[in-house]
Formats: sequence, structure tokens, C-alpha cells
Amino acid sequence: MSTVRNVELASAEIPTGFAAFRCNLRRWRVPLSILALCLLPWVLPSQALAVNVLIYGLVAVGYNLLFGYTGLLSFGHAAFFGAGAYTTGIAIGAFGANWFVAMIAGVAVAGLLSVVMGILAIRTRGIYFSMVTLALSQLVYYTALQASSWTGGENGLRGFTVSTLTFPGFSINFLDPLVKYYAIMVVVALALWFVSRVLNSPFGAVIEAIRENETRARACGYNVERTKLLSFVLSGLLCGLAGTLSAMHLSIVPLDSLHYHTSGLIVMMTLLGGAGSFFGPFVGALAFLSMEDVFSLWTSNWQLIVGVIFILFVLYLPKGIWGTLISWRANR
Amino acid sequence: MTVQLIAMQLFSGLALGAILIMVALGLSIIFGMLGIVNFAHGALFMVGAYAGLYVASLTGSFWLALVLAPVLVGVFGMLIERFLIRPLYGRSPDDPLLLTFGLGYVLVEAVRIVFGTDGIPFSTPAALRGVVDLGIGFFPLYRLFVVGVVLVVLLLLWWGLEKTKFGLIVRAGSADPLILRVLGVDIGRLWLIVFGIGVGVTALGGVLAAPMRNVSPEMGTLVLAEAFVVTVIGGMGSLAGAVIAGLLVGIAVSMTALFAPEMATIVMFALMALVLLVRPNGLYGRAAPGL
Repeated sequence: MSTVRNVELASAEIPTGFAAFRCNLRRWRVPLSILALCLLPWVLPSQALAVNVLIYGLVAVGYNLLFGYTGLLSFGHAAFFGAGAYTTGIAIGAFGANWFVAMIAGVAVAGLLSVVMGILAIRTRGIYFSMVTLALSQLVYYTALQASSWTGGENGLRGFTVSTLTFPGFSINFLDPLVKYYAIMVVVALALWFVSRVLNSPFGAVIEAIRENETRARACGYNVERTKLLSFVLSGLLCGLAGTLSAMHLSIVPLDSLHYHTSGLIVMMTLLGGAGSFFGPFVGALAFLSMEDVFSLWTSNWQLIVGVIFILFVLYLPKGIWGTLISWRANR
Repeated sequence: MTVQLIAMQLFSGLALGAILIMVALGLSIIFGMLGIVNFAHGALFMVGAYAGLYVASLTGSFWLALVLAPVLVGVFGMLIERFLIRPLYGRSPDDPLLLTFGLGYVLVEAVRIVFGTDGIPFSTPAALRGVVDLGIGFFPLYRLFVVGVVLVVLLLLWWGLEKTKFGLIVRAGSADPLILRVLGVDIGRLWLIVFGIGVGVTALGGVLAAPMRNVSPEMGTLVLAEAFVVTVIGGMGSLAGAVIAGLLVGIAVSMTALFAPEMATIVMFALMALVLLVRPNGLYGRAAPGL
């Protein structure tokens, strides 16, 4: 990401043209994202699609922290998404927990799981990492399948609903689709602000350094293993948060949310949008879910079309939609 | 719980391990040579099973399916290498991984369109039905046959790699492709053939496994995870590692099935976690490239 650093250096002097535009984009990325998300339910054909873009966009943002910025290709992030969703569902359904407590529990369990998985997976390097994360997430999947008295097994987790979000002093009707959208959006906006802060911090620079040249980062005295683990856990926490939102939104947790296919969806969305860019994951989630929305009207085999488009992107546009757009503008 | 029962279960583990060896071998051959992880491996295993089903239903012969299906799928694998993977050489090692992942996705969906979404039973050929008396109990003949076929394939591969000129070139290529190219070997063609062999071996695993499981578009997903577990335990790129780890996992799974059936799928992942803690590069592994 040397170009980004250069832009920052240039901005200390007098930024002009595209450099200035890009510098401003960087400064205003959180407000701009929130503005776009505010408009989303009015632009998209259905509110259900808009909520899905929010939730999967957040998953992709969390995943992008690990894949796009740290350079670690995980194929097991469904485990954190699912763990967050199941924990929230079980906390509300079986223990009658308050929605806020259930959310905290969901994020905490996803975080704990990512610590355990991270410690194991980070012992391996390169492509091993992808294989180990995939295998470990399938372990979580089969455990959930077997523990059917808690998780509902193949039928998924049912029997819990969140109808109102109660705060001290007031409450929000969570059944009204538009209110629900904006309630979820507030959580996503907070998460985006958090990610932006992380990326701007020295830690954000170190994870990019590890992606660019691990050996050199190590030689500079950074603790590469610990940094990778922290990045892994942060990304797991964000995916867990998205999972808890998904559980509260749908009032069911399908077993598939833990499956390898969900991990694959997360990878595809992130890559389609542009890994390693701030706006990319949301663009990817929007593009992927819109394609699903449109193609599934024509054919039940829409996954074939999406898969072919993904292959074409890997071959010809590996930077994704947003990444390609940015580098195209920069080269003009 | 008798000694006989345990011995029988050990034999079942052998048959399960034999299939795992085939899949992990295919993965390991491709990785050892081309340095890429084939995420479409599970899907190609499934395509192998369907190809077997198709040939068997056309010709009515299981034996023809056993020979023809892996060859057909192997050629298909060569086309994949030539037109999809070759453009990615020299790019990040993540790119072929992502591409083959997308390819697996497409293959599963394509098979759903052609053969339907439901599982199809694949009947055991008449000559291999029935059981054999092993002295300790009766064992299904077909499983014994699977172990035999895998043994033959292993011997063939060993002979091909260690005793032939082609094997010598392959081993040289996995040690140092650049030097091999300098010596005037067309390494592109070599990689094409090796990829085809790796895919063909997996497809043979698919045909062999078909009569023991239902043939369904999703059958590859678990196989992919299993193959990863076996290669991680055995060590990436090591053929001996794949064989030992395949047997280890097969026996561990079937022994667990005897004592705690609900833990059977889970135990192999636990085994992998254990190996990772003690030997991060696997039992026979060398350090992963790209360091």
C-alpha cells in the first residue's frame, strides 16, 4: 500500500487533483459510508436486501481486516459469524437474556473462539493457514450439528425473537422493518468507526507491513505472531457482531451459517468488492447480494453465474470493483 | 465389546483410510509440484463419482467406469490447469487458491443442473458383493477390494516416481523448477501432466467411494475438509505423510465410531489440532514455501 502512504506524505504539502480527492476520501470515509448506508433502503428494491447488505457488509469488513490488510486468507470465518449468531439465539431463547446482554455474549463467544482458532492457525504459514482455518471451522460446524439439544441440529436454532430493544427510558420497535434497519445501521456505523480507527493506528500500519513483507516486519522488531493473532481476533469479533445482528434480524439461526459455504461467501464478497480497501467489502456485499437478488429471479442455479463471475474477477480483476476503480482513477 | 469387533473396526478404518489416502495424495502431488492448493479438490472427487456413475450407466460395466472416469476427469483437470490456473503463475499464491475455490462452487452447481440435487445410490458391482471370512469375522468384499486398488495405485505411483525417467524429472521439478527449466525441460507441459494425474487420482477415489456412500453434489465438501486434515497431519507435499496420516485418520475415525459414534467426524479435527500444536509442519512436512 505504498501509494496510500505517498498520498499521505503529499497531503502534508499541497494535495492536488486525484491525490487531494483520495486524501479527502480517506478522511471522510466513515461519514461517507454512513451516508451511503442511510440511503440504502431507499435505493435498493427491497428492505430485506438492504438489511442483508448491512450484515454481510459488516462480516466482509471484519474479514477484510485479516485478508485485505494483514494478508491472511482464512476460509473459516463462518465459525465466528455462526458462533455469534448461535450464542445470541441461545442466550435469548434458553436463558431469556436481555437483547444487549445476548449481543455482548455473542461477541464474547465469537472472540473466545477466534482466540483458540487463531492460536492454532497462526502456528502455520502461507497456504497451510487457509487449510487449517477451513478444517477448524468445519469442526465447529460438526460440533453444532451434534449438539442438537442446544443448537437445534440440522433444523437450525428457532424459538427466540427480539420484538423491542429496551433502553433505560425508552424502547425501539424492532418489528418495523425500517426502524430495524436503522437500529442495526447504528451498530454497523460504530463498528466502521472502530475499524477506521484501527486502520489509522500504528497497529494498522504494522499489519500492512506484515502483509507486504513478513520477514522485514519481523526484522524491524515487531512481534509478528502476536500482531497476526490480534488481527485475527479483531476480525473474529467483528464477524461475531455481524452474527448476533443476523440472529436478532432473522429470529432463526440456520445451521448453514456455520458452514464452509458461508466462509466462501465472505471471501467472495470481500474479493469482489476489493480486498485491502475500506469501501471494498461493502461494495462487494452490495454487488454479491444484488446479483443473488436479480439472478435468483431467473434461475434457481444463480450460484453458477456468481461462481463464474468470481472466477473472472480472480483472473482479470483481482483488485475487485472498488480497488480497480481507485487504481484506474489514480493512473489517469 | 470383543476383540473381534475391534479388529473388524480396524479393518473398516483401513478402507476409509484408503479413500482418504487417494484424495490427500492427489492434493499432495499437485502441491508438491505446482505449489498450489487445489480448493476444487472435493468438487473434483464428486465429479469423479458422477463420471463413474455416468460411465457405468452407459456401458453397464463398473470396471470400465473405474478406468474411464478417472481418465476423463484427469483430462478435464488438464484443461483446468491449461486455461484457468496457468495464467496465475507468478502471482500471489492465494490467487490459484481463490480461483479453484470458485471453480469448486461452479462444479457443484453444474452437477446439480445436470444430475439433479438429490443423492443417487451407486450399487456395488455384483462380483464384489458379499463378505469375506477373515478368520476374525466377516468383512465386506468391496472394502477389501478398495484397499487392494489403493495399494496398486500406491505401488504404481511409487514406481513411476522413483524408477522412471519421467519420475526423475518430476522430482527434480518439485525440488527446483527454475534449474529444470534451464536444463531444457518444458516445465509447463510437466505441470499440466502432474495436475492431470493429481486430479485423476482423486477422481478414482471418488469412483471407489461411490458404492460406500451416496453420490450427491455436496459429497465433496466433507472430503475437502478431510483431505486438508490428512495433508496437514501428514505434511504438505509428502507422499509418505499422506499415506501414514490417511491410515491414522481412517482408523481413528472408525475406532471412535465404535465407542462414541457422535464424535466420529469431530475426532479427526481434534487429531489435526493436536499435531499442529506439536509439529506445525505435519509429521513428514517441510516448511511451507513463501517464507
